[in-house]
Amino acid sequence: MVRAANDALRRLPVWAVWLAGTIPFALLVWDTVTNNLGVDPVQQIEHRLGQTALYFLVAGLAVTPLMRLTGLSLMRFRRAIGVICFAYALAHVLAWVVMDMALLWGQMGRDIVKRPYLLFGMLGFAILTILAVTSTNLSIRRMGGQAWRRLHKLVYPAAVLVAMHWLWATKVNEVQPILWASAIAILLALRVVVRRPLAYTRPARA
Amino acid sequence: AQGLNARPSPLSTDEAPNSFEDITNYNNFYEFGTGKTDPARNAGALTTDLWSVEVTGLVDRPGSYGVDDLAPANALEERIYRLRCVEAWSMVVPWIGVPLAGVLNKVGVQPSAKYVEFETLVRPEEMPGQRRAILDWPYREGLRLDEAMHPLTILATGLYDQPMPNQNGAPIRLVVPWKYGFKSIKSIVRIHLREDQPVNTWKQMQANEYGFYANVNPTVDHPRWSQATERVIGAGLFGGRKETQMFNGYGDQVASLYAGMDLSVNY
Repeated sequence: MVRAANDALRRLPVWAVWLAGTIPFALLVWDTVTNNLGVDPVQQIEHRLGQTALYFLVAGLAVTPLMRLTGLSLMRFRRAIGVICFAYALAHVLAWVVMDMALLWGQMGRDIVKRPYLLFGMLGFAILTILAVTSTNLSIRRMGGQAWRRLHKLVYPAAVLVAMHWLWATKVNEVQPILWASAIAILLALRVVVRRPLAYTRPARA
Repeated sequence: AQGLNARPSPLSTDEAPNSFEDITNYNNFYEFGTGKTDPARNAGALTTDLWSVEVTGLVDRPGSYGVDDLAPANALEERIYRLRCVEAWSMVVPWIGVPLAGVLNKVGVQPSAKYVEFETLVRPEEMPGQRRAILDWPYREGLRLDEAMHPLTILATGLYDQPMPNQNGAPIRLVVPWKYGFKSIKSIVRIHLREDQPVNTWKQMQANEYGFYANVNPTVDHPRWSQATERVIGAGLFGGRKETQMFNGYGDQVASLYAGMDLSVNY
């Protein structure tokens, strides 16, 4: 069962994931040009981009626990998932800078250092940027696998920061950010609770 | 529906109002959900006929008043006001209503009364947002008596010459244009005159973020965001931001109410 699924996944080209990653953006563009974003399109665009980034972040975090729990491997697609997450995060930040804050750099700068939710968001975005920039094969070769893997564990604090960014931005305790923060907490906890099965550890030295 | 034929008022702004579409589809009315479009989607279930407002406390003529008693058709005025939300967005709304001062004079405020407290309807079967304790229902707000008696302060029963849409606070709501929108409590069922300062819902929820006065003030930030500028709803994708005005631009009329007060303390 799991083997058949993994075989099928192996035949799925990675570009299919890249293509799927463009769908939320295409829908957003469609809703924008058809005037389907309601009274406050700026907020809709900003929020939908940010939420899509979060969904891909959670998907990326789910790959390892899914493999440990079920044996199902999406590892081939994880880089694409992560880079797509970064692309949406970048678009989210750009929407904030250009449409929401209208390039008021002074106010943005003061806000970021003063407002926890913006600080959390920006720190998370800074981490995602580092991870996206070092996502190439060349970076892995240059850094060495161990150091690269250590660097990319920064996705854990990034996920926590992103969850806090949403929680801190609302006026009352809303359901959605709490659910997604819980999902992130569970995915991180699973890494501690469900250790790497022996079979997947590196082969014993001969 | 037929028009309300409200009289124009010199207290109206000459700024262009937002469209009816904007005003009725972008609402903070947590009784119907926390999303901006939840009120438009859910408020249709609210029944507002046979509405009565209990007037209690330090008044000469307490009792249960109908909407028409408080805001009779021949007294209605149109007040086109700027609305500035504490979330740093703004609109211009052509309200229909009556000065609150006239209503308070009608019920006879006793000399010992210093504050007015307002309460919103609690009816979870028609207000789905109230099925969760996101706020401590009923929603409550309050004004100092001199704020309540100010000519700019109105009880509104309509907008755009039509009866008040449910999502905007039907059948009768408060409008205080120099304060953040959350002070302008919707769907009022109780008006209570009292000697001591009432606790308003948002202050009770988070006192360091929302005060009793909640005057629009670009120099006093919300702890989590700046109040220096605002986004104008309806300005389009690249409409930018405009600078927020002290007392939402009504400073000439209301600044004297707060003479000598430290507004960074009494926010």
